[in-house]
Amino acid sequence: MLTVENLTVQFPGRFGTFTAIEDVSLTIERGEIHGLVGESGAGKSTIGAAIIGLLQPPGFVSNGSIHLGDTDLLILGDDEAHQTRGKRISMIFQDPQTSLNPLMTIEDQLIETIQTHEDISTEDARSRAISLLEETGIENASQRIKAYPHQFSGGMRQRVVIALALCTNPELIIADEPTTALDVAVQSQVLDLIRGLANTRGIGFLLITHDIGVIAQTCQNVTVLRGGQVMEHGPTQQVLNAPEHPYTQSLMAAVPRLDVKLDRFLVPDTEEGVETAPIGRSAEDAERWLRSGDEMLGQGLSMEGVTVKFTGARDSLFRKPEVFVALDDVSMTIRPGTVMGLVGESGSGKSTMAKVLTGLVQPTAGTLKLNDSTLPLARQRGRKDPSRRVIQMVFQDPYSSLNSRHRIGDILAEPLWLYGLENDRAKRRDLAAAMLDLVGLSADAINRYPHQFSGGQRQRIAVARSLLARPRVLICDEPTSALDVSIQAQVLNLLKDLQARFSLTILFISHNLAVVRQMSDDITVLKSGKVVEAGPSEAFFNDPQADYSQELLSLTPNYVGQKGVASQTLVTEV
Amino acid sequence: MAYFILKRLFQSIFVMLAVAFLAFSLFRFVGDPVSQMTGVETSVQDQEQLREELGLNDPFVVQFYRFTTDILKGDFGYSYRTRQPVNEMIASRIPATIELGITALMISLIVGIPAGVYTALRTRGFATQTILLTTLVGVSIPTFVIGIVLIFLFGVTLGWMPTFGRGGTVDLGGWTTSFLTLEGWSYLILPAITLGVYQLTLTMRLVRAEMMEVMRSDYIRFATARGIPQRKLHYRHALGNTMIPVITIIGLQFGGVIAFSIVTESVFQWPGMGLLFLESVRFVDIPVMGVYLVVIAFFFVLVNLVVDILYLMIDPRLRVKEAI
Repeated sequence: MLTVENLTVQFPGRFGTFTAIEDVSLTIERGEIHGLVGESGAGKSTIGAAIIGLLQPPGFVSNGSIHLGDTDLLILGDDEAHQTRGKRISMIFQDPQTSLNPLMTIEDQLIETIQTHEDISTEDARSRAISLLEETGIENASQRIKAYPHQFSGGMRQRVVIALALCTNPELIIADEPTTALDVAVQSQVLDLIRGLANTRGIGFLLITHDIGVIAQTCQNVTVLRGGQVMEHGPTQQVLNAPEHPYTQSLMAAVPRLDVKLDRFLVPDTEEGVETAPIGRSAEDAERWLRSGDEMLGQGLSMEGVTVKFTGARDSLFRKPEVFVALDDVSMTIRPGTVMGLVGESGSGKSTMAKVLTGLVQPTAGTLKLNDSTLPLARQRGRKDPSRRVIQMVFQDPYSSLNSRHRIGDILAEPLWLYGLENDRAKRRDLAAAMLDLVGLSADAINRYPHQFSGGQRQRIAVARSLLARPRVLICDEPTSALDVSIQAQVLNLLKDLQARFSLTILFISHNLAVVRQMSDDITVLKSGKVVEAGPSEAFFNDPQADYSQELLSLTPNYVGQKGVASQTLVTEV
Repeated sequence: MAYFILKRLFQSIFVMLAVAFLAFSLFRFVGDPVSQMTGVETSVQDQEQLREELGLNDPFVVQFYRFTTDILKGDFGYSYRTRQPVNEMIASRIPATIELGITALMISLIVGIPAGVYTALRTRGFATQTILLTTLVGVSIPTFVIGIVLIFLFGVTLGWMPTFGRGGTVDLGGWTTSFLTLEGWSYLILPAITLGVYQLTLTMRLVRAEMMEVMRSDYIRFATARGIPQRKLHYRHALGNTMIPVITIIGLQFGGVIAFSIVTESVFQWPGMGLLFLESVRFVDIPVMGVYLVVIAFFFVLVNLVVDILYLMIDPRLRVKEAI
């Protein structure tokens, strides 16, 4: 139905022409879900934009052809192309929070779209809209259709988006990371919906994603992209389980496995270079420095009966503002020198827990302990309190957690003077350089700015910064969820190495169960601010006890062992 | 929603009290009004008697209480300069300033919003560049120069418009309006343009920046991908979202137009509050200056309240919170 042949997309720029897509061919049949997978910058979204004709200027198709049925999409005039949009090709975007017009009701947006492409009365359009919403799984659709987008939850909004994409009966839907912003439970519902629509209505889907698990669950065929070129394509099972191309092999190897814990992540060979922390001369300095200090290595951290309440906005003079309980009587113990994995859906209170431990949020009840001594709560914990230094944090987004106007050297020296660890400027610089060496970056990074580094390198810098405070406890809040799988594997390996070498105590927060399995010794599962299950990690993954844990595990996409194919052919060290 | 408006009204009371306090402090600390009102030959006893009659010997708190309660009763005191009640003086000047302000605002909106939309949609066109450049020139020239140029061009050289004052007004029971006669308009239009030029530029640039931002948003891209026609895309989907931040600035600016029409009013000798204020400053007519401050603050509070209500009307996220 859709045939893309030898597609090449170029972006002319001041410094020459950049070829985003080179010689890409793919076909999608009726009712087929075709996966398009690759790391960031591979050109996945550009292919989608080229098909629907919405390439960002100055990008243009310089070669190749795109046919939908008998129509050549590239020779259509502007008006004809615009009529094709919605009518024959539709699109689903990544973030359901931003892809609906906040000022119009769902009804208005649906009816407008239907009437744009069909000469149909408003009444008929409305009844079709309602039945579509019901088809996409929105209950009580005839009433909810009057609502505005902000009145729906994230998963519901994505259903509305899908209904909008469907309402004109298109032949092809391009889904650009449709479930990336959603929790696993909602993700699996949305993927079910997409599969169902492909089967019953015969709509072809181009599913763009970086998540191999999603591909394994949904797609019949898959195309692997890298740097705008097709690395490998074919039936999903074959590509995922018996990849032929070395890149695909290494990519598959880097995907964290849910079914078994490996000592280290297999790291595909990428431009990012250094894989392990080298033990060079200056790395030794950093190591010696980290081991010095009064505190012993390996400190335990625990919280007992912690409750956090937030007050909502007051919306009436006569009603009390609603109180939102973010954490409800939560207890957790991290053994000295181990990694505690913390998992849960968004809104379950994971980050609030991190903030309680770092003293950023004041709990209404509960106690904290660092080793055996009581750790003061946020308001009682002074700025000079030694625990502020002992407990350090690594944030999720390395693009916003480093000050872009400071040089790396200054960023790294900050904890040294802030905590009064090293008063000599030259020595601070030496230590910063040594620490860069320890996290696998070259020491000349010290004079550069954050924007000169890639995401993975930045996260290494963030780790180096937290280590320079000479911490005994690290709190990592989704440290790799902004990174590609291969980079993720490298950063996680680094964290594992550092943890083992310095017996760091780590609280590892993630929504990705596979990553957590690889990283943690113990695990705590949170749901709506309550601990659902806690215990040793391996026991949990092999035999989860609570219903919620079982559900969470069963919903997590897992490509190895899918459809009875045994976990084999995993390449050894690349 | 009612709670929201009530809360705003409640806050406004404090704003008004603070301004009343400032205005009153003017009375009290800016200088001795008695020495302004009397000549050198007035005896010390007479001066003291006048001071007693005006209540200037009472404690500060008592005077402030009297000042605020008088204002609440609508009694603004007497001008030191003309011996008229201040409320009559203000009342006779308010229509002129408000009509001038509203006309300037309308000019800036009627020209500014479409121009902003146009320049946002055609970012590179020749017309866009011309509009951007001319408005840049317009905003760089001080208001009084624009006024003088307009007077010279349309008043003196071409002789189409009167150059000063306010004429052709119709009295509608205490409110004199220029809107009803052609002659009234001929007096109004030049000062209104002068006052509106800066607003116009600001509105246009703001609308342009916001609109370009909105056009890049996901919901516009999604609507484009659904094949929604261009016209609906621009005016139904994009414009509403554009206006949300624009309204705040326009509201604040309108308060400013009313308050700072002083320069324009003095260039055109427009008999509004600004001119009254200038005259009062010249004669240290403290009661008038104080009341002027309070009235202007009241305008600001009022405009902000209107802006808040407009927000509620445009943005359903503020209006309906509950999920259905």
